[in-house]
Amino acid sequence: MDNKVEDSTQEDVKGIAGPEVVSRARWKYLDNFLTRPGPFTDPEAFDPGEAAIAGLERNKILVIGAGGLGCEILKNLALSGFKDIHVIDMDTIDVSNLNRQFLFRAADVGSYKAEVAAKFVEKRVKGVKITPYCGKIQDKDEDYYMQFGMIVCGLDSIEARRWINATLVGMVDETNPDSMKPLIDGGTEGFKGQARVVLPSMTSCIECQLDMHAPRAAVPLCTLATIPRQPQHCIEWAHIIAWEEHRKDDTLDTDDPEHITWLYQRALSRAKEFNIEGVTYSMTQGVVKNIIPAIASTNAIVAASCCNEAFKIATNTNPFLGYPEKDNYMMYTGDDSVYTYTFEHQKKDDCPVCGSGNIARPLTINPNTTLQDFIDGLAERPEAQLKNPAIRTGEKSLWMQLASLQEQLRPNLDKKMTELVEEGEELTITDKSFPTQFKYKVVFSK
Amino acid sequence: MADLPPPVQGPTAKEKKYDRQLRLWGANGQIALENAHILLLNSGPGVVGIETLKNLVLPGIGNFTIQDSSIVSDADLGVNFFLEEEHLGGYRAELACNLLKELNPDVDGHFITEPIETWLLNPDALRPYTLILATAPLRPEILARLSDHASAASVPLFHIHSVGFYSHFSVHLPPAYPIVDTHPDLETTQDLRLLQPWPELVHFAQEKTANIDSMAPEDHGHIPYIALLVHFLEEWKKSHAGKVPENYKEKTEFRTMVSKAARTNNPEGGEENFDEAVAAVLKSLNPPQPSSAVKEVFKTKECLLVREDSPSFWVIANAIGLFYTKYNVLPVPGSVPDMKARSADYIQLQNVYKSKARKDLAEVVESVRFLERNANRTTVIDEKDIEAFCKNAAHIKLVRGRPFLVVLPSEKIKWGDRAKTIAQSLTFPDSLIPLYIAFLAWDKFTATHEKDGLGGAPHVPGTSDPDTDATKLTGIAFTIADDLVKEAGASIDKDEYAAIKTQIGEFANELVRAGGAELHNIGALTGGMVSQEVIKVITEQYVPVDNTCVFDGIRSKSMVINV
Repeated sequence: MDNKVEDSTQEDVKGIAGPEVVSRARWKYLDNFLTRPGPFTDPEAFDPGEAAIAGLERNKILVIGAGGLGCEILKNLALSGFKDIHVIDMDTIDVSNLNRQFLFRAADVGSYKAEVAAKFVEKRVKGVKITPYCGKIQDKDEDYYMQFGMIVCGLDSIEARRWINATLVGMVDETNPDSMKPLIDGGTEGFKGQARVVLPSMTSCIECQLDMHAPRAAVPLCTLATIPRQPQHCIEWAHIIAWEEHRKDDTLDTDDPEHITWLYQRALSRAKEFNIEGVTYSMTQGVVKNIIPAIASTNAIVAASCCNEAFKIATNTNPFLGYPEKDNYMMYTGDDSVYTYTFEHQKKDDCPVCGSGNIARPLTINPNTTLQDFIDGLAERPEAQLKNPAIRTGEKSLWMQLASLQEQLRPNLDKKMTELVEEGEELTITDKSFPTQFKYKVVFSK
Repeated sequence: MADLPPPVQGPTAKEKKYDRQLRLWGANGQIALENAHILLLNSGPGVVGIETLKNLVLPGIGNFTIQDSSIVSDADLGVNFFLEEEHLGGYRAELACNLLKELNPDVDGHFITEPIETWLLNPDALRPYTLILATAPLRPEILARLSDHASAASVPLFHIHSVGFYSHFSVHLPPAYPIVDTHPDLETTQDLRLLQPWPELVHFAQEKTANIDSMAPEDHGHIPYIALLVHFLEEWKKSHAGKVPENYKEKTEFRTMVSKAARTNNPEGGEENFDEAVAAVLKSLNPPQPSSAVKEVFKTKECLLVREDSPSFWVIANAIGLFYTKYNVLPVPGSVPDMKARSADYIQLQNVYKSKARKDLAEVVESVRFLERNANRTTVIDEKDIEAFCKNAAHIKLVRGRPFLVVLPSEKIKWGDRAKTIAQSLTFPDSLIPLYIAFLAWDKFTATHEKDGLGGAPHVPGTSDPDTDATKLTGIAFTIADDLVKEAGASIDKDEYAAIKTQIGEFANELVRAGGAELHNIGALTGGMVSQEVIKVITEQYVPVDNTCVFDGIRSKSMVINV
């Protein structure tokens, strides 16, 4: 790991004559750090003065997500002295974004987030170039990601995080230090959040940390169908079962008020039937869209923490999170006083993305489950979280995602796992969402 | 399906805009925000204050006012997002106010450009504001004046530093700041009263477990786990002299007993409801004793002596205290977690808890009405408030707000009753008290150094002569640390103390390196923290910091200190 600026000069920035000095006037505060060493700066890595400034300005940085975190990240990076920023987001602006995504106004509703955000920050902070891309991260290839010095993520989807993580780990070429792109990732929920730094292939990656972000357990289908107890069960019933039954041909659009209203009314009458209280329109929306509460304050904390690390990595003005064998993960909890927990998440040898070899992770399977049960469970298992798996053993395919091949494999679904695999056998699972093979070793629970 | 309810009124425009936050603090919290008028006294580079306001304007506080007499300079443009190039030479308060107002048309913003020294001469200057934010550097006599106002008017006051990679804030809350809606984590805190079931709950359990051994598999697998636990507790008591499992060992044995009663001769090889029962043993089989903090509330003078003008919190607390004295338990909260059960059985169980909660509530309401009559109170407390209190009685919180330390130029800092604890935690690994001491030294430095020697703007360390200032600041910080140890009468190992002094020196040096500069990231991060705290204080929900917090942006760690 070498963040040292290469073409360092010995000149102090104050010593340069001409227009350069004038143009640094607005960076007076930042320059106190770029031109002065501190008690914790590493003299090997930090070369105060022009070299530090040039290194920062040359660092091309990619921001993934222009939502609650992304807006903050773009503002923070621009005011940290980064000059060449790119941003990717596929979404358009919704009215419910306005309580925290401060680069957007009511008139922007419906426009692309990346475009509006880039334009706004460029206008406000003179001299920064922000290049938006309104689309998916999966549209871009390794050549595209290779151009950046660093990537900062403000995403709300685990899937997108895993994809970029696997892509960046896959890009690492040990003979080329430039191929290792630090990944800084933030996430929030209500008053809580986290910021973490990954040095792909060197430190614990997003996949190593997957079980820290376990998905909420889904309610079993039989509960929804026969014995609902909670208002949420009635809403899920309307969402999964009633819609299929009555409006099969309409694609459910969770942003369409008519669709939400329909689900709400179905849920309400089902709740009445079972004497269940508490179904509301707002709850219906929350369950169906899987809404996570979000506020400006928490986004500010997490985004700024990410950008603080990005700035330290780019400049070496102070030690940063993610340095091998040092802390790389900060958890923030603000609902009961303020509590931060900053620690080193250890790299996992059997990580399917960054693990040292092809070590298969042990996967405990209840011997009585069928292949269908096993597939359903994969989406929820904290260590797997795979929604569209294709599964094969050393010899044969158990399940594929291609419809044309599924016909032949369908009988497998009802077979018990014990009929299909043996204790200790290796399973290779792939999922089109990730450029990774997941290897597991079967362990039957007793 | 034919008779769907009438068409629904969808959410209002405001509910749509605020949807993601209403899911946290609800309509009541939102009303409280809309009634707030926040004053920001902005100094220094002024980023942390503006970033705090940004996070409060977005969720819709009613009003804000910025007092700031500075003129927009080039340096502002490189650090403050709410100023533009064409603003150079204008008033920072006015221009930032205008750009902040753009964020939310529902919020009113105001500004004051008069210097704080003269503006505060008006005795009523602070009267309109419901909460005050003051950013460093501020002259000590001004900070003292604000602190006096906070005490006299019971207005929450925040003092905030954002210096380079470090930040600090302290909050001065009213002396009694009670919170009912603390939003506890329900999964870890449910009070089910399994060790002290009331007759209706026992009856429910008996009904659902009658003939448990000969029950059809479908029925056996759907007995709600609460009924299972109550049933097996009765079984346990039969062989344990009428006693419930009390310690860890007994609870583990009890857990094994429940686990063994599950049927395994089925395709699943077990029963989900029994799994749930087993999982609940350790966390649910605790005597329903309120925490010592809650019991403490019942003993406070405000609670024991309800007056005509006591805030309603104390009236309800007194009534619940009476309930506790009488029954040795708090009112039943009334909620039941989801569990494997048939719909009708679950609803029946819910009703068992709800009726008990209603019965307990009725008793508390009666006491409240009695207290109201006795104290000649003219307003009647809304039953909804009493109900909310009963539901969360085990998790209420009382914060004893107090003035934060104001560093005066010629006086030693007095740590008072906190000296001992703080001196002790000075030596904890990863303690950030050395950073807090460095901040106090920074205040002392600015209090004793003026830019022009004429009582004008304070001079912060590191602006022109970092080496000299670093020596001075370190010296001041060492004195503060020595005085603290002396006041506490603490004895710290010599080597340990030398290590602490090294840390204090490093923090002081890094503060000097900043030369009073804010880094936008740390300003934004601290603005996020302070705005979370402001929201908690205004909505009277969640639990605020008591009373000082420091953040180290080099190691990305924070610490809360009760000063």
